[in-house]
Amino acid sequence: MSTTTPDLAPTLVPDFGDDEAADRKFVIICSKGNLDMAYPALVLATAALGEGIETHLFFTFWGFDMINKHTMNDLKFTPVGNTAMHVSQAGSVRPGWRWKSVPQVVTAMPGMTTVATKMMKKQIDDLEIPPVPEMLEQIQAMGAHLWACKMSYDMQGMTEDDLYEGVEAVISASDFMDISEGGQLLFI
Amino acid sequence: MATTTLAGRQLDVNEEGFLTDPSQWDEELGTALAAQIGITLTDAHWRVIRFVREDHAVKGETPTLRRVSTVGGIPIKELFQLFPKKPAKKMSYIAGVPKPVGCV
Repeated sequence: MSTTTPDLAPTLVPDFGDDEAADRKFVIICSKGNLDMAYPALVLATAALGEGIETHLFFTFWGFDMINKHTMNDLKFTPVGNTAMHVSQAGSVRPGWRWKSVPQVVTAMPGMTTVATKMMKKQIDDLEIPPVPEMLEQIQAMGAHLWACKMSYDMQGMTEDDLYEGVEAVISASDFMDISEGGQLLFI
Repeated sequence: MATTTLAGRQLDVNEEGFLTDPSQWDEELGTALAAQIGITLTDAHWRVIRFVREDHAVKGETPTLRRVSTVGGIPIKELFQLFPKKPAKKMSYIAGVPKPVGCV
């Protein structure tokens, strides 16, 4: 501990960046519609917005399931093709199994996607992290801009009624160039 | 750990200037801390600061924005109006508790 004289010690105030021009911009392209691929974007957007950073999310291809009213409540996780999936309960069957990969043949068995999705949703809920639609609502309240890709919108034959209301507009790839100008880009 | 002085008191702070000992805090100091970052505390601010203090005392960690909104009942939008740009850090600083560590 320092032993500065109280009278001379300058007041230490954290730098909250209020004096800097707000020029940092964060842009996330959400191209996946699996539950486990939705959260990285939503969590990072939450963090960026909490730091006062202008944040945009552009939904394209399978990422549309995050902003499609019919699918956004029901994103799924499949362990198929994912060798990093471990089952904590397996450790109680045999200690060596705790960090083993689930055999791929098991992951493809009927009902596995439902089971794996349920497990992941529970783990997320245990951490008090909200479901996808609520996360979207939250980042919107924090000031996020949500954009939908025109090509994906047309490919999927969507109408405005199918889209989550929080989406600002359906935009073209060249509109996206304008929006993302000067931003830090993340493709998920 | 460092010390700093504010409102005629000597305070233990971390390298950024956040209080490291929440017991050194009282509402008078909260007002002084807020003034350091250009915030004049209104009743609406106090509602947040008091919730942050109470929740920190009970849970042992600083609530995230989400928790202040869902448990404390103060909408996130309002938090951004009260503590512009970096609400989580600012409210923690004023409340004399560490920055929240939760991601959401």
